[in-house]
Amino acid sequence: MSMAGQYEESIHKTYDRIRHSKLNAFITLTEQEALKTARAADEGKVTGKLVGIPVAVKDCITTKGVLTTCGSKILDGYVPPFDAEVVARLKKEGAVIIGKTNMDEFAMGSSTESSHYGPSKNPWDLTRVPGGSSGGSGAAVAGLESRMALGTDTGGSVRCPASFCGIVGIKPTYGLVSRYGVIAYANSLEQVGPMARNVSDAALLLDVIAGHDPKDSTSVNAADEVHYTDYLVEDVKGLTIGVPKEYFGEGTDKKVEKAVWDAIMKLNKLGADYKEVSLPHTKYALSAYYIIAMCEASSNLARFDGLRYGLRVGKDENWHTTFSRIRADGFGEEVKRRVMLGTYALSEGYYGRYYLKALRVRTLIKQDFERAFKDVDVLAAPTMPFPAFKIGEHAEDPLSMYMADVDTVPINLSGVPSISVPCGFAGKLPIGVQFIGGFFDEPKLIRTAYTFELNTDHQKLPEGF
Amino acid sequence: MAINVKDVEHIGSLACIDLDEGQKERFAKQFNSILEYFKELDQLNTEEVEPTYHVIGLNNVFREDVIEESLSQEEALRNAPRSEKGYFKGPRIV
Repeated sequence: MSMAGQYEESIHKTYDRIRHSKLNAFITLTEQEALKTARAADEGKVTGKLVGIPVAVKDCITTKGVLTTCGSKILDGYVPPFDAEVVARLKKEGAVIIGKTNMDEFAMGSSTESSHYGPSKNPWDLTRVPGGSSGGSGAAVAGLESRMALGTDTGGSVRCPASFCGIVGIKPTYGLVSRYGVIAYANSLEQVGPMARNVSDAALLLDVIAGHDPKDSTSVNAADEVHYTDYLVEDVKGLTIGVPKEYFGEGTDKKVEKAVWDAIMKLNKLGADYKEVSLPHTKYALSAYYIIAMCEASSNLARFDGLRYGLRVGKDENWHTTFSRIRADGFGEEVKRRVMLGTYALSEGYYGRYYLKALRVRTLIKQDFERAFKDVDVLAAPTMPFPAFKIGEHAEDPLSMYMADVDTVPINLSGVPSISVPCGFAGKLPIGVQFIGGFFDEPKLIRTAYTFELNTDHQKLPEGF
Repeated sequence: MAINVKDVEHIGSLACIDLDEGQKERFAKQFNSILEYFKELDQLNTEEVEPTYHVIGLNNVFREDVIEESLSQEEALRNAPRSEKGYFKGPRIV
C-alpha cells in the first residue's frame, strides 16, 4: 500500500478537525468524494486553478448526488440530479468539495439560528453567532475547516459572516456570477460570493466562479474576461475613497466606527485620498429591501409543496389542505413570517403601497450610488454596525434582527459589488470594513482590499485554532 | 390599520401555510410592528420615480429552439415522494 500523498493527507486532517469541531459549520460532509479528488490530485490527474484546494459550499447551492437542504426541513432528503453552474466550475478547476455548509433557512437571517439543523457557532466565541445567512461557510473558513467557501449574498449574507468571523467575503456585481442551481430566495438581489481567509484566495475563487452562463438569463455577457488575481496589486495611490456619513450614524458601535476610520486613515497614508459623501436615501434601504425580498420569497417559495421533491407528510387530502399542512410542517417560523408578509404586500390593495413603493425607493437608492461614484472610486463603510451578537439575543424580536442588515442591504438593492475585510477587533471579536464599488468594479475593490491587508495585521486565527 | 388574528389566518390561507392559535397571535403582533416600521417609506414622495425591478436592465433572453440534453424522466422523478407511471402524483384538486 502506498503512502497518502500531500493533498490526501491534508484532506484527512481537515475531516479529523471537523469531526472534533464544536462549530456545527456543516450540514453534510462529502468525505469519500473529497478523498477521491485529493488522491487524483496527488496522482497528477487533475488540472485547474484550485487543484487539491478544499472548498465548502453553502447548502442552498445545488450539488449533484449530494443532499441539498437549504437549511430547511421541507427539503429533507432532496438529492439534486444536477450541479449548480458554480459547483460545476469548482469541479472543473480541481477543487476538493468538503461538504455543504449550514445556513439560515432559505438564507433568511443574519445568524444561522433559523437553520433546521441548529445554529453554527462563532469560532472567536462559541456563545455567539457566526453571522448569516452563510454562517456555516464563515465558521468553516475561520475555524480552518476549509480553506475557502462559497456563500450567497441577498442582503449581506456573505459579508455579515465574513465580518463576524474575521475573514474576507465578496458580494459580486449582480449578474457577474451564475445563479443557475442556486435555490432562490430573492432572485433580483442575490449573488454567489467567495469567502476566504485572505484577499488573494477570495480573488482566486472569484476568478473561477465569475463569467457568463447561458443557463441563467440574468447572467451578464461581458466582452472581456477579467482575471481577478491580476489585481492583487499593492497600490492605492490616486484612489479616492468616499466615506458615506449615513453609515456611521446612530446604532453603530463606537469601536466599529473607530476601526473603520482607522482603515480609511491607513489607506490615506498609503496614498489614497478620502472625502465624506452623502447617500441620502440610505435610511429607507432596510424597509425597501425587506419588502422586495419578502415579496420575491413568497413567489419563489411557492414551489415547495412536497409534490416534486422534499417533505410529504400525512395522507393526501385535497390540494389546498395537503399543501398547507406540508408547508406548515416543513417551513420554520422566519420563513413563514417572510412568505406571509410577502403574500400580504403583494395582495390586492397593498401591491402599490408596499411592493411598487419599495421598487421606486430602490431607484432612489441606486441613484445615490451612481451619484457618489461620479466623485469617488470606492466607498468605505462598516460591514456590520456591531460585532457578533449572542446566540438567542434577537430570538423574540425579528425586527431587531433585521436592523443588523442596515449597512449591507443598500448594496444588494443597487446591484453593485462590495468586499468585506477584517479591520480590527472589539475585545476578541472581529470587525469588518466593506469597500463598495460601481458596477463591475471588482478589480478596484480587490486592489484596495489587498493593499490594506498587506499593510495591516488584522488577519488572525481565533484562539485555540 | 392593524392586522388581527383573522387577517393572519387569511394570509396563511393565501400562502398555503396552516397556523396554530399561538402562531396566529404571535404573527399578528410581529406583523404589526414590522409593517409599522415599513411606514417610514410613506415619508418619501416617489410619484415621479420609476420602479427598479431589475438592476441591470436585462430584457428577455431568447435562444434558438434547438433540443438540448435534459434530465431523463427517471432522474426528474427521483426526488418525487409519490409518482405513478412516469408522472408526479399530486393530491386531488377538490
